[in-house]
Amino acid sequence: MSLLYVDRVMVRFGGVTAVDGVNLLARAGEVTGLIGPNGAGKTTLFNVISGMQEPTGGSVSLDSVDITDLPAHKRAQRGMARTFQRLELFGSLSVRDNIKVAAELAALTNVNAIVDEMIERVGITDIADRPAGDLPTGSARLVEIARALATRPKLLLLDEPASGLDESESERLGDLLRTLAATGLGVLLVEHDMGLVMKVCDVIYVLDLGQIIAHGTPNEIQHDPKVLEAYLGAS
Amino acid sequence: MQQLLTFTIIGLSTGAIYAVVASGLVVTYTTSGIFNLAHGATGMLAAFTYWQLRFDWDVPAPIALFLTLFVLCPLFGALTERVVMRGLQGTTEVVRLSVTVALFAFMIGLANWVWPSDSSREAFLKFFEGNSVSIAGINVSWHRIITFGCAILVAIVLRLLLFRTRMGVAMRAVVDDRNLTELNGGRPDRVSMFAWALSATLAGLAGILLAGEQQLNIEPLVLLVINAYAAAIIGRLKNLPLTFLGAAVLGLLDSYYLAYSDESWFPQSAFGFSLAGIRAAIPTIVLFIALLTRPQSRLRAGIVRFREETRVPEWSTSILGAVSLVAVVVAISGMLTRSNTLLLLNGFTMAIVALSLVPLTGYAGQMSLAPLTFAGLGAIAMAKLPGDGNIATFVLAVVIVAVAGGIVALPALRLSGIYLALSTAAFAVLVTKLIFNQKQTFQSGNIAVPILKIPFVEIDSPRGRLILTATAFSLLGLLVVAVRRSRLGRRLIALKDSPAAAATLGMNLTRTKVAAFALSAGIGACAGALAGDKVSPQQYDFTQSLPVVLLAVVGGVGTVGGALFGGLLLGGNSVLASVVPSLKNVSKILPGTIGITLGRNPSGAATQTAEAFRVLKGRWNLLAVVGAGAFVIWALTAADVLSHWTFVVTGVVWFLAVAPNLPLVVDSSSARRATAVVYLAAGLVITAAIDWSTALDVTGQRLIAIVILVAVIGLGAQRIMESGPRVRADSPDVIGLDRDFSGEEIEHAERELRVVIR
Repeated sequence: MSLLYVDRVMVRFGGVTAVDGVNLLARAGEVTGLIGPNGAGKTTLFNVISGMQEPTGGSVSLDSVDITDLPAHKRAQRGMARTFQRLELFGSLSVRDNIKVAAELAALTNVNAIVDEMIERVGITDIADRPAGDLPTGSARLVEIARALATRPKLLLLDEPASGLDESESERLGDLLRTLAATGLGVLLVEHDMGLVMKVCDVIYVLDLGQIIAHGTPNEIQHDPKVLEAYLGAS
Repeated sequence: MQQLLTFTIIGLSTGAIYAVVASGLVVTYTTSGIFNLAHGATGMLAAFTYWQLRFDWDVPAPIALFLTLFVLCPLFGALTERVVMRGLQGTTEVVRLSVTVALFAFMIGLANWVWPSDSSREAFLKFFEGNSVSIAGINVSWHRIITFGCAILVAIVLRLLLFRTRMGVAMRAVVDDRNLTELNGGRPDRVSMFAWALSATLAGLAGILLAGEQQLNIEPLVLLVINAYAAAIIGRLKNLPLTFLGAAVLGLLDSYYLAYSDESWFPQSAFGFSLAGIRAAIPTIVLFIALLTRPQSRLRAGIVRFREETRVPEWSTSILGAVSLVAVVVAISGMLTRSNTLLLLNGFTMAIVALSLVPLTGYAGQMSLAPLTFAGLGAIAMAKLPGDGNIATFVLAVVIVAVAGGIVALPALRLSGIYLALSTAAFAVLVTKLIFNQKQTFQSGNIAVPILKIPFVEIDSPRGRLILTATAFSLLGLLVVAVRRSRLGRRLIALKDSPAAAATLGMNLTRTKVAAFALSAGIGACAGALAGDKVSPQQYDFTQSLPVVLLAVVGGVGTVGGALFGGLLLGGNSVLASVVPSLKNVSKILPGTIGITLGRNPSGAATQTAEAFRVLKGRWNLLAVVGAGAFVIWALTAADVLSHWTFVVTGVVWFLAVAPNLPLVVDSSSARRATAVVYLAAGLVITAAIDWSTALDVTGQRLIAIVILVAVIGLGAQRIMESGPRVRADSPDVIGLDRDFSGEEIEHAERELRVVIR
């Protein structure tokens, strides 16, 4: 049963086709990877899925409901949350209040308990009362994840969550993603850290020049000649 | 037919002036990203300068023109860029816009000062006054033909400049990507400077051409910029040909209205409202329509933001502050003369208006240039609703205006940043022209707002109204604090910090913005509904709103204290003007001058002052010293050793100059400590030794003396203490450190690292 279904999505900026007829499927309880060289269209595709970019063609469905025409906040209310490649924390609020805003937006009861749970879950207890604008990148990424999780989403979109993390943090992030998936959450992960991607993903899609050139298990992807060509430029 | 042709020619020549102004606006906006609200004011100053040279000093026209347009205007523009605008890279849109508002206020003040209105001054003649040619049987003055020619010349020159010259290529490169241009060896700063110089010349040219038609008059010249906005917005702030087309349309509309509004078929009123004000409102209506047909602003991630005040106000300090504010006002209001009471009353009213901007601009980051408009609507509602000023009337008036604020904001919410700010400006001008200037709303030019009736309390004196308004400010301040601490407050801040993240977490941005606008309109309405006196419509004019916005931002629009500071400063400014006649002119340019320096301290003055006191927090022994000192000063006054004014001056110096420096003095280990102690003590003793009641005989002079004393004593002591290297507490380099390094530690580090830090 698919949680997210992206059907022939197309995005054109003037003469440039950033995303060119992409099909993608993400399941609940799985971590779906989306990789590709810089400029392949990953972030644009993310923006289409989360409602920040209107596609030129194609459709996006969540839980078998077509959400292509819904604004971003309505998609979030249907159980979608995302993080950003360039951090988008609420810099003037404390870390705790960042997460609290999210929990309140999801109209959850006992907000404070959920906030505490999220803080503990991603391991940011020691910075919980600092202003979010002062954090180094690594911690800020964790706060963004905690904030997204606080809306209790069905689908979590992560845009390069491991960039700026050191090795042990990155490893902890991998464990966290596996734990989350085990609870039934669907995760769509854009990431350049191949070690992490290969370790945590159940399925991987490879995007190059706006098109999906391969998809499959990590093992299949690692041996796909088209993927090697896209990444290494050799045939 | 003859008439149509005549008015077409008139319309096109008016449009030509708009086109010249608008093109200057586009040039600076595209190269520096700053929308110059003061653009029309620049043209106004240029027109006055030209008049001075040409008609007062009888300099021949070509020389006067050359000096004004090609020497003084470019110099002024370049100087503005270098001194004021360059510091604004990377600040928020609110700060950037406020600085141009400041410039606007500064220039109007300057013109009022240098060229006070004087009916006997030489007339501003048209070019070749009296000469005209006949085109198709219609007399067209040479001035109009010259105006028309100038617009075409400007169009050609700009086209050639942008597409055929090196500077033009550089300008277009800066528009596309400022950083990339710099990396490629371009000089964006120099390009911006050139653009500002060019823009000032264009504004000057338009100002001189328009003054020929309409004589020297500050207001129409300054508001010329509104017409230009409309034209520039039609050109999407980028496209020059479209801008010229927009300008022509505006000119024609204005001219045709003039031609046909007296005809019998032309509607003279609608819904019982006279449409007499509509001519003046045409550009605004066009601006509004042009803004609303802009495509919806898209959610974008990755916008660099500037961090301002982050602290959540505590209930304990907020309530303490509110109670002491009312107590202080009750205590001193008995000593004030009637006129000073009215001025302070005005200050508190302005503080409430400034407060209305705190949730909207400070928290939610939405710029409004119309805060006083809602106060004006509140005053009208209070006066027109039945009940003659009882509490129910007041509540109803506030609710109506709040709802109206939300509804009015609705269409504008598709916009963001500068476009939203401009649409609020357009709204303010519309309301001014169509509602405030109605004979129905303001009989005999005034509207009598009843005094709020509170059970068991009779308010009939200015003093009573002052206490009422101060109390209202305190209560509304607490309301704003409550909002900041609530779910709504967190949402407003989230909206400011990252609309993209807020939306993707499920926030309905439109609903949140409407809430912010309604709240702001409601608070603003309180200021008007509490007027309790006859008020004139000019009080709530768009141009009056600008200084309020400015001083709210100067005071610190993110905090209640900032609103109070800004409002009182605006009131205090008129105190200066009324009691120190010689300072009257200085006070005209004061708000502008303060605002121009805003780029250096975007969080506002109140935040900075609060920062100074925060060092005392939790240091009970020092707080005890501060309290003991205050008691001694009070005791000396009670024993008649100190006069009343000496009490005030010494008290302020003690609290504002000495107290914040105490921790610094106590903590310092250097030999300079003794010097600082002696300096502070000497300053305090000298202050207390002077009998300020007799030394200066006007309140304004004493106020100035207080400001100077605080600055000299407080900052002087800080200068003395500042020997070691200081780090900003919020610098990421020092996260985790809870204090500055001491001298020994630095020396130790230097020895270990074999480097010299200081």
